[in-house]
Order: sequence, then structure tokens, then C-alpha cells
Amino acid sequence: MTINPDQLIKFSPMHRLQWEEAQQKDVILYPEGMVELNQSSAEILKLCDGSRKLAQIVSDLEEKFATSGLTNDITAFLEVALKNGWIQQH
Amino acid sequence: MAGSNNINITSPRWLLAELTYACPLQCPYCSNPIDYANYQSELDTEDWKRVLTQARKMGAVQLGFSGGEPLTRIDLAELVKHAKDLGYYSNLITSGYGLTEERIIQLKEAGLDHIQVSIQASTQELNDHIAGTASFQTKKEVAHLVKKHGYPMVLCVVIHRENIHQMPEILAMAEELGADYLELANTQYYGWAHANRDLLLPTKEQFEEAEALAQAFKEKVAGKMKIYYVVPDLYEDRPKACMNGWGTTFLTIAPDGVALPCHSARDLPGLDCPNVKDFSIEEIWNESKAFNFFRGFEWMQEPCRSCDEKEKDFGGCRCQAYLLTGDMYSTDPVCSKSPRREVVQEAIDSAKASADSANEKPLIFRNSKNSKILSKIE
Repeated sequence: MTINPDQLIKFSPMHRLQWEEAQQKDVILYPEGMVELNQSSAEILKLCDGSRKLAQIVSDLEEKFATSGLTNDITAFLEVALKNGWIQQH
Repeated sequence: MAGSNNINITSPRWLLAELTYACPLQCPYCSNPIDYANYQSELDTEDWKRVLTQARKMGAVQLGFSGGEPLTRIDLAELVKHAKDLGYYSNLITSGYGLTEERIIQLKEAGLDHIQVSIQASTQELNDHIAGTASFQTKKEVAHLVKKHGYPMVLCVVIHRENIHQMPEILAMAEELGADYLELANTQYYGWAHANRDLLLPTKEQFEEAEALAQAFKEKVAGKMKIYYVVPDLYEDRPKACMNGWGTTFLTIAPDGVALPCHSARDLPGLDCPNVKDFSIEEIWNESKAFNFFRGFEWMQEPCRSCDEKEKDFGGCRCQAYLLTGDMYSTDPVCSKSPRREVVQEAIDSAKASADSANEKPLIFRNSKNSKILSKIE
């Protein structure tokens, strides 16, 4: 599965993204399961709110962390997220 | 020694709230204890709210409302609402029996995240036989309603010798019902399933055929449906990492308030499992004898103690070790390194002999009458 750069990316309504105080981590919750996220993964997923396409997610994060060259890493993670059903494009 | 204190205690992540042992179904593989009919008392609404609050504060985030049949509790929506306010992800684990559209809507409004519906087989005749209750049509209707109201839907089918030949039809049914997840749970032989093992355990050939079908289906529906496959551990050569390690992740509260490190732990001798009426969840989790009993590795015997896989499988399942060898400290006999591995082969052979026998004894259905009879014998 690949990310379509021309389509908006939104977080799956069948999953929940939530900050867990006890773990000091963001997690994805779904039926009988949980994925613990590292900070960069969580930052990417928080921008998958249905209002941004790939390029904008990349530019927003590059701006936020004052860096560049994140396209490959972000695309690779979003493909994993798409495969796992955490995000949707349509 | 059991209960060693030099262990880094992690906090609970999973809370299984067994709200009641009452159930309109009579499945002969029920994981409730054989003597469940002896436990009549149930926690009240305020007790449950306190338990949810305390466990959440410690870090529990996945919450299963289970039983018995949790729908028999009239305060279910109130508990779901409380769980929602606390930030739990709440799962309703139900037979679907008695779940009306009105209640599905009420639970959605209260904040329920997901509903798992069990179906016993792909045909009405076999489903109603195994469930001991005419329930097939209502379960299918409930599965449709769960989807209609926007819940993720897990369809759970417990697999055993009576229905394993229906695997192709079970997979087709999951697709037809629009399941988001299909849990194919090979029966785990505890509680009622242990009592009925000779009648429920399939042969290795049957398992392999069913598993190959499930595997092919998994690839076919990738991206649309996820498959949770609970392995038939009696046919494995390494034990399961039971409960992700004792007292590390899972907390079960039984209907009467007894706190258990796993839902079968009630059957282990000498644990003195504490009750939430007497202690806080924090005290129970951190300080109780029961929750410290098999933490860490000090309690282990050989070959586990010096095994380089002990941090992966924690020696397997304590309840299975106890049920099959009589010694809850021993290596789970599923492991090929276990000196008692022969008891697993004996179980397999015994089931095969039963299947081949001309006059097989009948299944013992899970109901109060049988519970009282069996618990007097034991």
C-alpha cells in the first residue's frame, strides 16, 4: 500500500489516538489492542486529521522541528500506518 | 521462592471486568470456573466504579466488560459511561443474546468503543446446539446492528472438534456480516473446556487444515478484515507467553470482587486471591500474595530456570501446568523441554480415542445444575 500524495489523510474512526499519562506516551487503541507510539510517530498521526495531504504534513513537521528532508521517513511511517488501518485515504 | 520482592512491578494495562457469571448460554467450553454456581454475590455499581477508577489511575486503559453475559447487568450503560469519563477504551464481550437496537444505541451514547459478538458455528443447528440456546438468528441480527451503529465489530468463534469442519463457512459468514476483526479462538482447555476436552479437542490434522484455510483467508481479506488467531497450544512445541507474564499487564476482577492475575487463577491452590471489597487495586496489584506469586523468575523450576527462552514465554501457563501435571510451579507441559510432555500427548490420544469410539459420552453444558454437580465431585 502506498500513500497517494493527492488525497487527504485522516485518522481511522475505528481507532483512537490518546495520550496516556501513566505511560507518558501516545497510544493507538482499537478492539482489544494497543500500540505505543514514539514521539515522532505520534506527531505525524496527530496531523492526519483529514485536512492535510502528504506534502503538507511533511512541511508542517519540518517547520515545527526546524529541519528538512523528512519526506522519506514520514512517507515510510504513513505507509505502515495505512497498512495497519490506523489512517485512511479516500 | 514465590512472592520475591526484588522485582520491578509494571502497572496494569488490561482490566477484565467479569460483571456476572449469569449467562443465557451454556457453551461447553466456557472459561468461567466449573464451580461458578457457588459464587452468587455480585459487586454493586459503586464497587465497580471504584475499581474502574483505581485501575485507571494505575494505568489500565483497555477495559473488557465480560462475564457470563454482561448484558444481564442493568447498570452496564452506567459503568460504560464511567469508563468513558475515565478515558478507557471499552470493549463489550457478549453473546449478543438479548442485545436490542435500543440498547446498542444507549451503549454507544454512553461511550462504548467496541462490541465483540460470539457466534458458535456457521449453521443455526450447530450454533444453537453448542450454545444450548436458540440464538443463531438473533446473533446475526445483532452483528448487523453493531455495524449499523458504527462500532468496530469483532466476530469471535471458538473453534473445537464440533465446528472445525465449518471453517470455510465460518470465514464466509464473517465476510458476509462485515466483521472488522475475526477472532478464531482455538479452545483453551481450562474450566468447562477442560471437563469436555475429550469431546472438543480436534486432531492435529484437523487443526492444520483449518489453519491453512484461515491463513489463506487472512491474505485474501488483508486491509479489510483482521484475523486474530488463538493458537491451539497443545499442538505447539513452545508454551504461550501466558498473560504476557504473571502480574505484568492483566487484571481480572471476578463477579464477586475477587482479583485474579488471570481469569483461570481462581483454580490454583493457595494463592489467597484478594477481594476489591477489602483492598484497593493498588494494594492488590503491588502487595498481594497472589499477584506476586509468579512474578519474575525466582519461582521457576528446571528446565525453565536456566532456559534462555524464559523471558519470552515466562514458563508458559501456570493454570495449564497445574491442570495437566498437578504442580503449578512446573514447566507448562506444552513445552517440548518439559519432562512431563507426555501428559499433553495423553490428552491428545484420549481425545482421539473418544472421537473414534462408537458411544462417545455427551458434552457437559455449562449451567448451574452441572456446576453444582461437578463442584461436589471435585
